[in-house]
Amino acid sequence: MMTAFFWMLALFMLLLTLSVRPMGAWLAPLASGTLPGRWRAFDAALLRRLGLNDAGMGWRDYTLALLVFNVLGAVLLYALQRLQGDLPLNPAALGAVEAGSAFNTAVSFVSNTNWQGYAGETTMSYLTQMAGLAVQNFLSAATGIAVAFALIRGFARRESGDIGNFWADVLRIALYLLLPLSVVLALLLVSQGVLQNLSGYLGYTALAGHGQTLAMGPVASQEAIKMLGTNGGGFFNANSSHPFENPTELSNLLQMLAIFLIPAGLCHAFGRVVGDRRQGWAIYIAMSVLFVVAASAIAWFEAQGNPLLSALGADGGSGNLEGKDMRFGIAGSSLFAAVTTAASCGAVNAMHDSFTALGGLVPMLLMQLGEVVFGGVGSGLYGMLVFAVLAVFVAGLMVGRTPEYLGKKIEPFDMKMVALTILVTPLLVLAGTAVAVVVAPGLAGLANPGAHGFSEVLYAFSSAANNNGSAFAGLSANTPFYNAMLGIAMWFGRFAVIVPVLALAGSLAAKKRLTPTLGSMPTHDGLFIGLLIGSVLLVGALTYLPALALGPVVEHLAIWATH
Amino acid sequence: MAMTTYHPASALSLPRAAVLRPALTLLLFLILVLGLLYPLAVTGLAQLLLPAQANGSLLRDNHGRVIGSALIGQAFHSRGEFWSRPSATAGSAYNGGASGGSNLGPSNPALTKVVAERIAALRAAHPEQRGPVPLDLVTASASGLDPHISLAAALYQAPRVARELKRPLPQVEALIAAQREQGWFGNAQQARVNVLQLNLALRRLAAG
Repeated sequence: MMTAFFWMLALFMLLLTLSVRPMGAWLAPLASGTLPGRWRAFDAALLRRLGLNDAGMGWRDYTLALLVFNVLGAVLLYALQRLQGDLPLNPAALGAVEAGSAFNTAVSFVSNTNWQGYAGETTMSYLTQMAGLAVQNFLSAATGIAVAFALIRGFARRESGDIGNFWADVLRIALYLLLPLSVVLALLLVSQGVLQNLSGYLGYTALAGHGQTLAMGPVASQEAIKMLGTNGGGFFNANSSHPFENPTELSNLLQMLAIFLIPAGLCHAFGRVVGDRRQGWAIYIAMSVLFVVAASAIAWFEAQGNPLLSALGADGGSGNLEGKDMRFGIAGSSLFAAVTTAASCGAVNAMHDSFTALGGLVPMLLMQLGEVVFGGVGSGLYGMLVFAVLAVFVAGLMVGRTPEYLGKKIEPFDMKMVALTILVTPLLVLAGTAVAVVVAPGLAGLANPGAHGFSEVLYAFSSAANNNGSAFAGLSANTPFYNAMLGIAMWFGRFAVIVPVLALAGSLAAKKRLTPTLGSMPTHDGLFIGLLIGSVLLVGALTYLPALALGPVVEHLAIWATH
Repeated sequence: MAMTTYHPASALSLPRAAVLRPALTLLLFLILVLGLLYPLAVTGLAQLLLPAQANGSLLRDNHGRVIGSALIGQAFHSRGEFWSRPSATAGSAYNGGASGGSNLGPSNPALTKVVAERIAALRAAHPEQRGPVPLDLVTASASGLDPHISLAAALYQAPRVARELKRPLPQVEALIAAQREQGWFGNAQQARVNVLQLNLALRRLAAG
């Protein structure tokens, strides 16, 4: 079982690494704002037609534009859900989405979390899915990438007051990057059996004689951007475990690759734009090391199976199959779980709630590390670059030198922004969990008793505040309490991080770029990669080990103590 | 591009109207392109190039009536048929309109209870099998619509099906072998069969 897993992991990492260079070459001109010649005329004409331009903005203007654009998007998405009953493309005649759920879902999709308190096939009309949810899949992804671009420009530019133009960034990312990739991936997915139609749900008589229904819909077009934009909100309740979303082992591989494609390529684009490709590869290697270890750990724990079921007379040699589909098995389900939580995607092809105690701990920890192991599109890179600044700061303290990264002096204002960025999400996760486990409406949602119930709540807040969106889905989260609490966690987990990152970008852009001297610490070698991994793990472990000990670790000990 | 000096304390340079208008224009334009043109264009292309897959990989009987999808599992209860995995879909098992898993945690007593019941039922129905029960036959899938069971789970049920249909066991086992789907990288544990397809083959055998 582990042999098959390692072959799949090796194939996955090989294909991903091969994609890094071409994706970087595609992304770099978008990041630096120097489009290739033949695109420039089209781009200028389109911007002019829309009444826009690409004049540089300071970080405050950029931030304001980003916030207004996202708030407007959330308001429109909320309105669409509330009005869907009176709008076309609604063959299942679904009524208005309940207000609390519509609020939660609007925040969820705008913040690139795609937490789903609802079941798609029984809640959302085709119009809401296409023009509402799928549009925000594109736009929240474009927003994340735009922020990463702004931060990259902060490092690349010298004594500049501008970090780019938000409108031009979003438009270009959506139309020149996400759209073409989505069309290709959608058609590849259809070839494997993913649905793409506008028919009503299909009633038929099953072979055994009883009546049955098949949900239908424009699934592939939404599935493609759900993966490429690390969104993760499924068309159907069962998400990527539904055979109409993810029918084969090949579609499973394509979906996993699509999740990492842009986050991995952005590392290379970063290296290109700052003028030293080794810097990008160093980030990519640090992410890959963390990912490979985490993925292997999940597969190993899932392969151990559940001794409580073996004791009853079930075949223990097959690993843990509760909540897994047979076409993915232990290998395909474990790798997918690692990919979707390392990136802040949150699509699932297996039910994480039913993973073994420690097999479920690893996805939770991957989110808690701040979604920097590839992470969300854009957010993974800007999160990791913030940790890189922290790493050079720590190293600077050790040797008593002013820290600098890529020739930019790291000063008190920058470190304040770094600290804010790193501390916002743990605050939301731990405070939210603490509140939820002491008040009645929080406890009412638990599906599993004991330590596992605590894990469900911890997972929910880790997922929401880090904008992942996957769940220990037994938790009944479609209640006023969880819709509000998780909505708040998602919103601030997204935008209370983006604002200090943009402030950091503005501050960096204004600085001189010093030429490296003998005394500068190289930030592309093994030592730095180790330091970066160490910073990520240290912050994550110090923050979350006590909480993890109360949930999955206790559950693991309880299960295995009797065996 | 303008090279202005950076002032951390400097105020916003844009008046508020200069933000709302481009935000609305861009949002509406992108809703049109990404929310309508994109899915409709992909639907058109898919219906043109890959209509069978795009419409659900449907299986039909001799009269052209839909009897299911090659990708979606169905519930079977007859002793003369192969049984699918347990399904946790809302309403009824294998409800294609409400997918989902059980979400029972590994230490949940409800999980051990339901698995113990399923093992007892399977053992009663397969008195000739003495070894452990294939795990996939007693655990619910993620989608609740899993079309497959493991090869081991099919072979486990073969003696019962053969006995019920009064067919020699090797004949039934040959059907299973013909339906076998291999897991990637020769993963024996992921060798599996599509239960609906297997039962259709069984019907053809019984009819012929």
